[in-house]
Amino acid sequence: MAHSSDIVLEVDGLSVDIATPGGTLHAVRDISFSVKRGETLCLVGESGCGKSMTSLAIMDLLPKAAKKTARRLAFAGEDLSRAGRSRINALRGNRMSMIFQEPMTALNPAYTIGNQLVEAYRLHKRASEAEARERAVFLLGKVGIANAAERLGQYPHQLSGGLRQRVMIAMALMCGPELLIADEPTTALDVTIQAQILRLLVDLQNELGIAMVLITHDLGIVARIADRVAVMYAGQIVEEGPTASLFNAPRHPYTQGLIACIPVPGRTEPGGRLGVIPGVVPSLVGEVRGCSFRDRCGKATPACLDAPPVRETADGHRWRCILENAA
Amino acid sequence: MIGYILKRLGLAVLVALAVSAIAFFLLRMSGDIAIAIAGEGARQEDIELVRRTYGLDRPLLVQYAEWLWNTLRGDFGTSIYFKTAVAPLVFAKLPTTLLLGVLSLGFALLVSIPLGVLAAVYANSWIDRLALAIAVVGQALPNFFFALLLVMLFSITLRWLPVSGSKTWAHFIMPTIALGYYVAPAFMRLIRAGMIEVLSADYIRTARAKGLPTRTVIFKHALRNAVVPVVALTAVQLGFLLGGSVVIETIFALDGLGYLAYQSITYKDFPVMQVIVLLLSVLYVLLTLAADIANAWLDPRIRVA
Repeated sequence: MAHSSDIVLEVDGLSVDIATPGGTLHAVRDISFSVKRGETLCLVGESGCGKSMTSLAIMDLLPKAAKKTARRLAFAGEDLSRAGRSRINALRGNRMSMIFQEPMTALNPAYTIGNQLVEAYRLHKRASEAEARERAVFLLGKVGIANAAERLGQYPHQLSGGLRQRVMIAMALMCGPELLIADEPTTALDVTIQAQILRLLVDLQNELGIAMVLITHDLGIVARIADRVAVMYAGQIVEEGPTASLFNAPRHPYTQGLIACIPVPGRTEPGGRLGVIPGVVPSLVGEVRGCSFRDRCGKATPACLDAPPVRETADGHRWRCILENAA
Repeated sequence: MIGYILKRLGLAVLVALAVSAIAFFLLRMSGDIAIAIAGEGARQEDIELVRRTYGLDRPLLVQYAEWLWNTLRGDFGTSIYFKTAVAPLVFAKLPTTLLLGVLSLGFALLVSIPLGVLAAVYANSWIDRLALAIAVVGQALPNFFFALLLVMLFSITLRWLPVSGSKTWAHFIMPTIALGYYVAPAFMRLIRAGMIEVLSADYIRTARAKGLPTRTVIFKHALRNAVVPVVALTAVQLGFLLGGSVVIETIFALDGLGYLAYQSITYKDFPVMQVIVLLLSVLYVLLTLAADIANAWLDPRIRVA
């Protein structure tokens, strides 16, 4: 199969269950998606919908209380669920890497930027200190850090949030990964820095042909940089499709609600009320039955008490709803 | 950094001065030095003669100033009981006590760091509970009692180790364990708590995401951050060690400063006590300074302050 060699990440039937004192929390419920070389998939949804748990499950970084199951979780054709600890360690930080959302705390305060940048490269590429530092200086320059060579000797507390996030990006790119998972890489930053960092990510991704999974709750970002979008709600992917198709013709009532919430200059009245989706996300503790969005959905019927079917159009636009088209 | 050290050294001098003054006045209030010098059962006239001869009838402040002046010139006075100069007496005993302190601290760290790390990595498992049990016993057992248990087991029953004295290295084994086990629990609990907190930090997740092996994540990325409070505690614990060595040295008749302190208290040997207190306080202040410098090296964020 020639086309499958292009698939960098394949997730099929991934679930993450977290043991809590109140019962099992089904944080991620049977989600499936795949990302090709050079493609950007955006995972969107509100806080607690399972976006971050999904990314941590792929990187095998889930907290101890969380357990994952999957029919198939494959990186470059290799089944990660069967890979042992040392195989996982050989892949992550090397061929698959991750950018975290907390630039202020994701770097170790006790070591210099240089030390933290070179360690993965030295480990995975068996490179010398000098080679690794050269690579680090090159990448720091690439992410727009001036005086890169001097920065190597600085500690995280000496850098601003924007600089630290650039360092995190450079760190994730050190070994030239095929897969990059970015978990809200700009959430903690100023709006002006956000735009810079995003542009940087997209440029680097195009240049290096990386498959990228970008996790965000910002639909404005999604519309600008995603090739495909997966909308998560209550641990499930409720709708997935090419960006244009999803924004122009959202099929799932939740996606429609999300898009309606985006303020549009010219159309949204200044001072007017922004769109809201009424209600709250259902609890994911214990057994969850039927459509999880039904309590907040204006078009819900008694049929929504059963699990909704997955519908699909010819261009690969899929959604989970009893309705062919909710609009 | 050098300015910081100089500032701390200046502070250390002031602390030593204050401690010496407090010790001087407290010792003088605890008994009549003239009676101590004249000896038990001396006549009142003799005591008065001693008081006038040694200048003990002058105001305390004048006496302190004289003592301080002499001390600064390197004259530490004469022992009442041993009838020799205090300085050689005290300095001859210092190496034994320092050796015991370093050995017990090393023993305490050698036991508590691995135990603390294991207890944190396997938190709430049987390993953690075992470590907790060891710590609780160490904290609850008075060190003189533990020392006697050691003597019973290793000297009397097994006949492996000498009961007392300080001639060979074998004489130091039980005092080191008894004194080290006394301070180890505090280190262990601190390392465990620090490691548990650090292991859930975001930068540990970053380190794991890099594909680093578990031992690198734990020993390079986690332990370095978890030992910062331990270094600060080390100075405080050394204070306990110096205090504890009075008891332990007395039990094992280890010929160190602690044993000398015990003797000089028993014989009301004020000049010796005074110098021991001064020496220990200077040591303690210097150790605290060393701990601060070590901390600044471990945690770069402190260096700026």
